[in-house]
Amino acid sequence: MLTVPVETQILFAGILFFLGLIGLLVRRNLVFMLMSIEIMFNSAGLVFIIAARHWDQPDGQVMFIFILAVTAVEVAIGLALILQVYHHFKTLDVDKINKLKD
Amino acid sequence: MDIFFYIAAAIAIISTIMAISGRNAIHSLLFLILSLLAISVVFYLLDAPFIAALEVIIYAGAIMVLFIFVTMMLNIGLEQKQEKQWLNPRMWIIPSILAAILLADLILALRNMPTAVAGTQLIQPKQVGISLFHTYLLAVEIAAILLMAGVIGAYHLGSQKKKVLHRFLEKK
Repeated sequence: MLTVPVETQILFAGILFFLGLIGLLVRRNLVFMLMSIEIMFNSAGLVFIIAARHWDQPDGQVMFIFILAVTAVEVAIGLALILQVYHHFKTLDVDKINKLKD
Repeated sequence: MDIFFYIAAAIAIISTIMAISGRNAIHSLLFLILSLLAISVVFYLLDAPFIAALEVIIYAGAIMVLFIFVTMMLNIGLEQKQEKQWLNPRMWIIPSILAAILLADLILALRNMPTAVAGTQLIQPKQVGISLFHTYLLAVEIAAILLMAGVIGAYHLGSQKKKVLHRFLEKK
């Protein structure tokens, strides 16, 4: 039986979330930014699972399944947009993609 | 039992750090998959074996494969100028030390908090399914609509413009 205090588990999820946030803010490559968003989604789901175990309710796990669906849609659309951006600008550096019209 | 949680958590955090600080996109994606697997171990330890399986199958199996396909299609290996400047150790060493002190402070503060007591009973996947298709049936339908919108949007965005082979065939 896991006896790790729930605060430590939440702390773990928080560290992962902030790693994702740091990645989103620091990296200038669109693929890396999308990856960082994935990390943040995942840590949010982790908090739901921790809460589900803490309160002994299945609702948290249901919410994780919804997060999974939202993430799948977000990744599909995001990668399609990245492909279009790459075809248009021939780069993925967001510092160079700062004009609405070339 | 606890030591497994700590080891998995440490692996998840270290590999996430490697993923967001890597220069090569493919290496970063492999580290990210490792991180997702470690989180799946954590899910298993948190009495959610069904969610652990979903994490491996959908996250590490499907979503990351999409990422790897696109990364290989685009042939990303070049690093950007600004990133090189920002990933220079001299720039982030002092803020990191300060942030580490803040983190240690936060950990000590959380350690001194009283731990809440809760009954520990395994949540069965059956319970999750019943809750999903009874209480949250409307949300399931909304998720289905969202997935449909995602499919149409990805198809629309992913379609390429037709190339005109001859200038007489070109539409004005």
